[in-house]
Amino acid sequence: MAKIIVDRTSKTLDGLHTLADISLTVGENEIVVVLGPSGCGKSTLLNIISGLLIPDSGTVKIDGEDWTGKTARVSYMQQKDLLLDARNILGNVAIPLLLKGMAKKEAHDYARTYLPDFGLEGFAHYYPRQLSGGMRQRAALLRTYLFASDIMLLDEPFAALDAITRRKMHLWLLELHRRYQSSILFVTHDIEEALLLADRIYILTKRPAMVRCELLIDKKAGVTAGMKMDILAILEEESNDDHL
Amino acid sequence: MKKSTNIGYSLLSLFSMVMLLILWEAAVRINNVPQWLLPAPSKIFNTIIDIWQMLLFHSTVTLLETAYGYLLSIILALFIAFLLDHVSVLKQAVNPVLVISQTIPLIVLAVLLPLWFGWGMLPKIMIVTLVCFFPITINLLKGLDSADPDQLSLFRSMGASRWETFKIVKFPASMPAFFSGLKISATYSIMAAVISEWVGAQRGLGYFMTIQQKNFAIDRVLAAVVVICILSLLLVKIVDIIEYWLVPWNRRQIVASSK
Repeated sequence: MAKIIVDRTSKTLDGLHTLADISLTVGENEIVVVLGPSGCGKSTLLNIISGLLIPDSGTVKIDGEDWTGKTARVSYMQQKDLLLDARNILGNVAIPLLLKGMAKKEAHDYARTYLPDFGLEGFAHYYPRQLSGGMRQRAALLRTYLFASDIMLLDEPFAALDAITRRKMHLWLLELHRRYQSSILFVTHDIEEALLLADRIYILTKRPAMVRCELLIDKKAGVTAGMKMDILAILEEESNDDHL
Repeated sequence: MKKSTNIGYSLLSLFSMVMLLILWEAAVRINNVPQWLLPAPSKIFNTIIDIWQMLLFHSTVTLLETAYGYLLSIILALFIAFLLDHVSVLKQAVNPVLVISQTIPLIVLAVLLPLWFGWGMLPKIMIVTLVCFFPITINLLKGLDSADPDQLSLFRSMGASRWETFKIVKFPASMPAFFSGLKISATYSIMAAVISEWVGAQRGLGYFMTIQQKNFAIDRVLAAVVVICILSLLLVKIVDIIEYWLVPWNRRQIVASSK
């Protein structure tokens, strides 16, 4: 059964018709990438799935239950790491556990066991400002994972990183996904990133966004250059003129 | 590199202060300005040494009033800021009152409050509180508003309660602004206490200055001024040190290398 089912949701934000009848699914342990031109409403879609926004119409079902407009079910990571300056790395990543009612000591002990796998071993007591961008994103990802490990929404999490760090983070995320099975909905406008990570790709149209097409990626077979060109052509067609 | 420029700056400011004092001293001596009009810095320095016990006694009183008033203003600021942050309607209602409270001439209050609340310490503490709470409150409110909206929505997405969000996100985020408010207030606090002693006091630096001024002992008045300056600077320094310990994440830091 699909973990997430988004069924014909639409949303108008500040008078802008942003989403038009979007439907998509994310399966168990699947990495689904939503690819679309900048400003097409990808973030709005994640805001709706996370429950922060209520769609004008349509529903969001998670594990078969209706979670439309209700928060605190899936974990959600944005482009900014949003780590709290006032807490060290351990204190930051343990926040979701504290919110779930775990005692501080217990939460810290539990979170600490994940630090090595997230490349943060030895940095538990550093403050976010002392760390590099890549490390901060990994910490944010760990915080995301500790909130809800089965479903994670990732909104361009690596967009602010330099090319080499981003590449490393992609490989690391795939490795992590192999070890900690979870369903990931990943939003990006970067084709390379999409092709590298995805089991399945949805390409969105320009605003109001709809699903333009769905691509199944066979990771073993690899991606041909022709495929990349086709996707690029679609994205170019869909990019809004005001973003040129 | 950074350190050497810092030392350069403090040397420069020390130099300009010394130059100012030398100019003052020279002007007084060359023009034969009478003692009761404007004493030379050297004279003021000697006076401080002569009457240090008197100064110490009155300073203690003023410092005590300042400390009570300052602490009270912090409590008041925390209370008001917390309230206004939670009930946003109140912000519109209370803001004008806060501003108006700052437009009342202090010296009038220094005369009126003793009439209403007696000649003891209470009216003095009230004046210090009135002067100090405003910068602290305004900065604290600004600090609470400075929390990143994306951070707030992240916490909402995790189902955090309003109180949890306040405790974990907003309040810590407000600390740097809160401390800049504390520093502004610290510079005003002693001066406020001195003004409160201008009328209806039997001790304190303000009282001491009014008496000496009536006797044309300007050197003693200025000696008290020097003490007030030093105490104010000390107070700001103390707040600085407390900030260093309480807001460790805001210190300048070296960036750890990525693995």
